[in-house]
Amino acid sequence: MADKDKLVKISDIILFVVILAIGIIGLIYIISNKEKGAQLRISVDGEVVEEFYLSEDIEHKITTKQGINLVVVKNGVVDVVDADCPDKICVHHVPIDSVGETIICLPHKLVVEIVE
Amino acid sequence: MNTDMKTEDTKNSISPKKYSGKSNKEIALTGVFIALAMILSYLESLVPISFAVPGIKLGLANLVTIVALYKLGLKDTIIISVGRILLSGVLFGNMMVIIYSLAGAFLSILVMVLVKRTKIFSATGVSICGAIAHNFGQIIVAVITLENMNIMYYMIVLAIAGAITGAVIGILAGMIIRNIRM
Repeated sequence: MADKDKLVKISDIILFVVILAIGIIGLIYIISNKEKGAQLRISVDGEVVEEFYLSEDIEHKITTKQGINLVVVKNGVVDVVDADCPDKICVHHVPIDSVGETIICLPHKLVVEIVE
Repeated sequence: MNTDMKTEDTKNSISPKKYSGKSNKEIALTGVFIALAMILSYLESLVPISFAVPGIKLGLANLVTIVALYKLGLKDTIIISVGRILLSGVLFGNMMVIIYSLAGAFLSILVMVLVKRTKIFSATGVSICGAIAHNFGQIIVAVITLENMNIMYYMIVLAIAGAITGAVIGILAGMIIRNIRM
């Protein structure tokens, strides 16, 4: 079989491995540099609307023009437990607890992020 | 618009092939490809993959894009992609979905055409680059609309995901390209 007819060429495999390696190294770097955050910042449409300390447990309902998101802080871990957005991506997202981590609800233009 | 087309048609009825520069077969194929891409993206929305970072998907519609790129050429590929996005966007999504999809598709097709021209990779490599470019395009739109740079972090996860989904779709596309005659 001629080289151009091959489903997977050597160059494809090299590309795949290189991207995967860079990605995994990047992930390891981020994970190893994780530090527990102290504050929770909630912004809608690029503007900060709410800030909380992670030290206290709260349950807060954010109402935007587009709908609602229910944010829960428990033992320093932040999670979006309910929302009325169509895709529910923010609800399915794993809980976050480190600086720089975010939970995003694109339909509501909502960003929940942890800051120092 | 319909009557316009009719008069055009009758005027040029002697040589119908000439007036649009496209053969009937090409037009029909473009339509079939758009329909196929719409069905695939709908099917995909029924089976959400969700691990750690949600929103990752296989990109089945990209199968159609790659096959079109290899079999029909750049112009038809753009028509098929934009057609699919506008139609599914109007039917099942909203304006934001259309903007995100167009950004992803635009960057993805651009990168795939350039990578394909280098002839270094097979359809698999082209597809991997396309998938990552697609994710990058969408992240850029997200950064702009959310006005938040922190979400660029997602790009690392999305690059890994793009490499894997792109490889799967690329191998499938390679099989199809090899086996269909048009």
